[in-house]
Amino acid sequence: MTHFPTFASLTERTSEGKETHSISTVNMADVIESKIKNYRTAPFDSRFPNTNQTRNCFQNYLDFHRCNKALSAKDQDTTPCDWYQRVYKSICPSVWVNNWDEGIEEGSFAGRV
Amino acid sequence: MAHPSQLGFQDAASPVMEELLHFHDHALMIVFLISTLVLYIIVAMVTTKLTNMFLLDSQEIEIIWTILPAIILILIALPSLRILYLMDEINNPHLTVKAIGHQWYWSYEYTDYQEIAFDSYMVPTQDLAPGQFRLLEVDHRMVVPTEAPVRVLVTAEDVLHSWAVPSLGVKMDAVPGRLNQTAFIASRPGVFYGQCSEICGAKHSFMPIVVEAVPLKYFQDWSTLMLEDA
Repeated sequence: MTHFPTFASLTERTSEGKETHSISTVNMADVIESKIKNYRTAPFDSRFPNTNQTRNCFQNYLDFHRCNKALSAKDQDTTPCDWYQRVYKSICPSVWVNNWDEGIEEGSFAGRV
Repeated sequence: MAHPSQLGFQDAASPVMEELLHFHDHALMIVFLISTLVLYIIVAMVTTKLTNMFLLDSQEIEIIWTILPAIILILIALPSLRILYLMDEINNPHLTVKAIGHQWYWSYEYTDYQEIAFDSYMVPTQDLAPGQFRLLEVDHRMVVPTEAPVRVLVTAEDVLHSWAVPSLGVKMDAVPGRLNQTAFIASRPGVFYGQCSEICGAKHSFMPIVVEAVPLKYFQDWSTLMLEDA
């Protein structure tokens, strides 16, 4: 019986691609990896405890792009950024995400990445 | 769903709605008792031939009819606040669904894993099958697993709408540019109906909401099917 697709392939890719970094980076990546593997849905975020979750969605979108930008600039593995992507994909309406993605491509995105 | 000549709430399908139902019974009983007492006193006062022209004051009864209402109000407030805080509890949802209001239909997105997205239009009256409910049925229902906390994020694409399902005790305004969070647990399998609850134009009365709660296994089958159809 088919279940929800797991991200086993992601885990394999990550374990194959993992190089010898400093101890802290490897542990961080492990932690993120296990969090993503056991991901159900976006967990409660105490920064946004109230009904209005608009900022929660936008913040995770920003954080994903900022994380990607920062880690790519240092030529590091961007796997830890996947957490933010899972969260914003869970929370944000796809219309919003598409608009923002277009904005980023065209350079008209209003947020500071 | 609602039935003809219904007076009370629809049957509860979530723990919060059960609490609300019991609280309403409690408050309504108090209201009935007070109203009966007052009505009795009015009738007694109006129909008596006795008079008293020398009534000045009476401390005792003044004290009683100040303290007793205060106690009654506390008896109403305590369960009310309990439920208010219960509804505000941090629940860790198992699933997130986005309900997006349009003129004049809802669309639902399940994007925790793969992307499932579909529109949910009302079934026109002439297309109803026998036994289906007029102005309440939709072509694609929002399916959720039973006994699992579900987070619903409600927003709108054009004008104000409101996503409401009375059996689940849920109502949340759909505001363009804003993402409103609500949550529920469907305690039993079933089909639960609701209607758009914020005036949104000509077909405001014709964009219903249908939530179908099924055991997890069937939810997984449904999501697989939806992914294949996409």
